[in-house]
Amino acid sequence: MLERLYKYAAPHQFFALSRALTPWFGGAAAALLAVGLAGALWFAPPDYQQGESVRIIYVHVPAAWMSLFVYVVLAAAGITGLVWNVKVADALARASAPLGASFTLLALATGSLWGKPMWGTWWVWDARLTSELILLFLYLGYIALQGAIEDTRMAARAGAVLAAIGLVNIPIIHYSVEWWSTLHQGPTITRFDAPAIHASMLVPLLIMALGFKAFYAATALVRMRCELLESECNSAWVTELGSGGK
Amino acid sequence: MNSLREFLHMGGYWLYVWGAYGLTAVVLLWNAVAPMLRERSLLQDVAARAAAGRIQ
Amino acid sequence: MNPARRRRLIIIVALVLGGGVAAALALRAFQENLLYFYSPSQVVAGEAPRNRAFRVGGLVENGSVQRDPQTLAVSFTLTDTLQSVRVQYQGVLPDLFREGQGIVANGRIGDGGVFVAGEVLAKHDENYMPPEVAKALAAAGKPIPRSAFKQAQ
Repeated sequence: MLERLYKYAAPHQFFALSRALTPWFGGAAAALLAVGLAGALWFAPPDYQQGESVRIIYVHVPAAWMSLFVYVVLAAAGITGLVWNVKVADALARASAPLGASFTLLALATGSLWGKPMWGTWWVWDARLTSELILLFLYLGYIALQGAIEDTRMAARAGAVLAAIGLVNIPIIHYSVEWWSTLHQGPTITRFDAPAIHASMLVPLLIMALGFKAFYAATALVRMRCELLESECNSAWVTELGSGGK
Repeated sequence: MNSLREFLHMGGYWLYVWGAYGLTAVVLLWNAVAPMLRERSLLQDVAARAAAGRIQ
Repeated sequence: MNPARRRRLIIIVALVLGGGVAAALALRAFQENLLYFYSPSQVVAGEAPRNRAFRVGGLVENGSVQRDPQTLAVSFTLTDTLQSVRVQYQGVLPDLFREGQGIVANGRIGDGGVFVAGEVLAKHDENYMPPEVAKALAAAGKPIPRSAFKQAQ
């Protein structure tokens, strides 16, 4: 098992594996998002309190979940690269940053579009919204750091340290609605008793969430290949790739 | 066609609902297309350098 | 594990733990400022600030809403089921404003202990269901779960 893992941690092996996997994840993402979208916009019922505006939940919540998930992946990959010198892990961390920033931006923007009609305001400085905004700044800080440091190894190390320190923000975002009084409501799905959402709304929400995950996997794989092509541009396997050796 | 108009109207929340979905579509599409274009141009660069290497 | 790797692993673990401890201390110190609103019980007990604006959050008590037909002025009672605060407001209310709904009002205590709000926001809870299910629950005499202010201290 570990030997297998080691094999695919070699950039050229990973490159081939990634090319084989991308269409599968991409296809799964397209199918799940198409089905989820039909469920979210058409088949799911309106909410008893919020009417049709509740449909924003089907993009807001998956984006918010992904914003946390991608950050944990980024930090774990960064630490793996820092401690064990795994180039593929560094590539995963770098590839995840723009995707995580996009999901965080989507969570904030769609939340704002939901907050205006329901809460009566685009934005409040409560603990949940503020900690999610800090997450966006962590992603942007990581991206800026990667741009500012020319040497890829050094940039990956500095980024891993930043990501590791920022990890503390993840439980703060998740528990903010329980630790403090916030305008944002509490957790619906991840609480200990049964989810407080009707099955007719839960099913499209979970399909959309899976679609977002598959989308992340597919696009992260493409971005990782770009990172490896750039950082490994002088190595033998890249030259071989260029001269037609598949 | 009445149901289509109702669907687009989203109970009066059309601006917020379609705004959220439109923004999501734009961000996801950009994230899907941009890396693919980047990979293509990188592979072209690699191929061009390999070809230049053979000529020398 | 070779020594260099072990050293790097120890450093990174120390960084994560250090960040956690620092954040926990900072959050403890600013605990008060992180509360978005005070509960009516806290306001009645005098824990809310007296000389500056603050927010109070609670459920709109059934039958407490009084509207002035000439102006947009409205007054209602916010409750956390233990204590309640009377709120006065003039302006546009959010779509979710209704009796039994969670509301957060921003303003200050005026003369006679009435809370004069400059802004009223709705706080919805984490329960989502189709209208038919809510109707069926009500018809069966089952309470619709409301936990928006369950955890309000």
